[in-house]
Amino acid sequence: MRNKLLLSGNQALAYGAWEFGAKFASAYPGTPSTEILEEIGTHYPEIEAQWSPNEKVAFEVAMGASIGGLRSLVAMKHVGLNVAADPLFTSSYTGVNGGFVIISADDPGMHSSQNEQDNRNYAKFAKIPCLEPSDSQEAKDFVGLAFSISEEFDTPVLIRSTTRLSHSKSLVRPGKREEVEDKPYIKDIKKWVVIPAHARSLHIQVEERLRRLGDFSEGAEVNRIELGEDKSLGIIASGISYQYAKEIFPQASFLKLSIVHPLPKKLIAKFSQMVDKLWVVEENDPFIEEGVRAMGIEITGKERVPTCGELNPELLKRAFEKEKSSPTKQEDLPPRPPALCPGCSHRGFYYGVKKLGLTATGDIGCYTLAVLPPLSALDTCVCMGASVGNALGMEKALKGRHKSPIIATIGDSTFIHSGITGLIDVVYNKGEITLCILDNESTAMTGHQDHPGTGKTLRGETTKRLDYIKLAQAIGIERVRVVDPYDLSAVIEALKEETEVLEPSVIIFRRICALIAKREGKIHKVNPDKCIDCGQCLELGCPAIYHKDGKAVIDSFLCMPGCNMCQQVCEVGAIEEE
Amino acid sequence: MKRNRPTNILICGVGGQGILLASEVLALAAIEDGWDVKKSEVHGMAQRGGSVVSHIRFAEQVFSPLIPQGEADFLLSFEEMETLRWMHYLKKGGLSLVNLQRIVPLSLSARGESYPEDIRERIRVRGKAVFFDGLKIARKVGHLRTVNIALLGSLSPYLTLSLESWRRAIQARIPAKALEVNLEAFQAGRVLAQDLGKEAQAPTS
Repeated sequence: MRNKLLLSGNQALAYGAWEFGAKFASAYPGTPSTEILEEIGTHYPEIEAQWSPNEKVAFEVAMGASIGGLRSLVAMKHVGLNVAADPLFTSSYTGVNGGFVIISADDPGMHSSQNEQDNRNYAKFAKIPCLEPSDSQEAKDFVGLAFSISEEFDTPVLIRSTTRLSHSKSLVRPGKREEVEDKPYIKDIKKWVVIPAHARSLHIQVEERLRRLGDFSEGAEVNRIELGEDKSLGIIASGISYQYAKEIFPQASFLKLSIVHPLPKKLIAKFSQMVDKLWVVEENDPFIEEGVRAMGIEITGKERVPTCGELNPELLKRAFEKEKSSPTKQEDLPPRPPALCPGCSHRGFYYGVKKLGLTATGDIGCYTLAVLPPLSALDTCVCMGASVGNALGMEKALKGRHKSPIIATIGDSTFIHSGITGLIDVVYNKGEITLCILDNESTAMTGHQDHPGTGKTLRGETTKRLDYIKLAQAIGIERVRVVDPYDLSAVIEALKEETEVLEPSVIIFRRICALIAKREGKIHKVNPDKCIDCGQCLELGCPAIYHKDGKAVIDSFLCMPGCNMCQQVCEVGAIEEE
Repeated sequence: MKRNRPTNILICGVGGQGILLASEVLALAAIEDGWDVKKSEVHGMAQRGGSVVSHIRFAEQVFSPLIPQGEADFLLSFEEMETLRWMHYLKKGGLSLVNLQRIVPLSLSARGESYPEDIRERIRVRGKAVFFDGLKIARKVGHLRTVNIALLGSLSPYLTLSLESWRRAIQARIPAKALEVNLEAFQAGRVLAQDLGKEAQAPTS
């Protein structure tokens, strides 16, 4: 094992991109997909790599690189493909020049997401092939397989990963980079310009391609029957679910599917003849199951295997047991959900929102954590960029019958991703909301990636920096100001003023994320002789402040130097510099 | 196919305690010893001071990257309350190695409540447990950020992995300038665990 590499699924996908000759890769960060582009950016200079402002642009740029003749790849989380769905569907019609691979990292269990959509459905919807690796070795190998399918069948190929695959590590045999020659670009309007006259004939080709891909899926080695000692139980499984099923039923017979769209129907029919009982084990939607049922084959699936949430070995075991064993009793403990970090700049802002009782639409990022007590400062969270449109719509609906002013709250990276068009709508349709851009100079939630507002590229090169003030002004916002969210009275004053005026406004709350800030200044402590146990400091929801023996206490290990928000809220002066 | 039962180790604690690095070092040590290894954890929203858990499994061949509930041989816990949250993963007779550290969850401090006093007792009632003061070891070797490697040292006498494999694994993941102090922390954790083990086996007078 010593000559093998211990790689996460995401690291292996990046390694595969390198090994199989990719020359271009793009993405917008999103858990659990982020590390794919980070790895490429850090380790593989042969691949030109970039963060794009959102998944739609990332998709279009990678597609452009494919049109230009390079093996190219785009990676995103499952909901990112919703943003990129428009070019996805058309790219199925146009096909590719250089091989084109789309990686979607789904999030069963919603570890870091707003839904658990199953993106295998996109492959079927867009009529393109879908590969599902079940460990890091396959993740690496399937990038190569995907490129060759893409070029042979003139189609984009979707690789579906999941959180558990992307973030689990297993051993991978190292390989050498395959040098793939760049293809020439030859102008071909019938292929690349999808006016209706062209698209009609392209659609016919797509259907024909799908039939040929079905034949390929039948004969592909990666779709394989593994007869076990026990032929009474046959399990069809794909992705990480295959590993769970192997763990629980090592003796059973398996049809291991790696190309899940189009399904190898003859192979499925053959396998169903070899075993007595047939089960499908898959996470989330009954994707394979519906295909098998449509063939008229009797099968056990989602009536026993859960649709909601992430699978795991014991859930699977219980699904197979006739009499369900009760799960192990867990201890009754106070929950420990994630929280805004000590010294987080979002804390000062949302503290102000709470104090003023504002109605605040929220967005996707660390700051969504402000929904939790004690801040409890958010009203909505829908998808990337939704805070702006939601606030405008709510304002229109509630005008004259809702007391608290409506503000939209959005992070810097999310604003660039899809908040800008919302802001244009606010001005265009005469809204009066206040848009609060929480600029911590980073895409923090996913691990501090750069974006157009930081002035640095994926590989850390300096580039033009987006200017939020000029942008807002150009859109037509006349009231734009910048506030330090550590200054609580300034936060409250700015929010008060801007929500009182009868015109739209933008406040940029600017302070770098505490996790990447220089640790400068003093930490703080509670003077127990002065503390009156009023609980004001605990209202901030800072993980460094807790309650013990009738007093507030600050954990000196966790306290962020230079942050003094708790000192500002303490009315009796009990919080002092250490 | 002949199957072997994997060695299953669950590492738990709170985001920011260095759990992912510890699990990486353990996995690499197992690879050095020639095993197939899988490990699993979740990044992103799950960190940020939340409850964090990492599964590490090694054997001739490992399938699931997740340890099935009730099959963990060891629970290496970086925080007292988190031990209780994950003890149901231990097999019957499995051992908890618990770092004596308390981090108050926000769900308590938001309500002005204090850390429960009965956690250690509840751990003892539920199963076999050994307690270590990782922070004390780290202070002794002179670097507070070595707690995670010290705790791996405390786990090491219970596993069959060779010292040379541990050393190589630590070397592979710790920057050169911090290597010596981390190796020291590992050794100190190991010696402490061996001493505690002897005490536990010594006849009571």
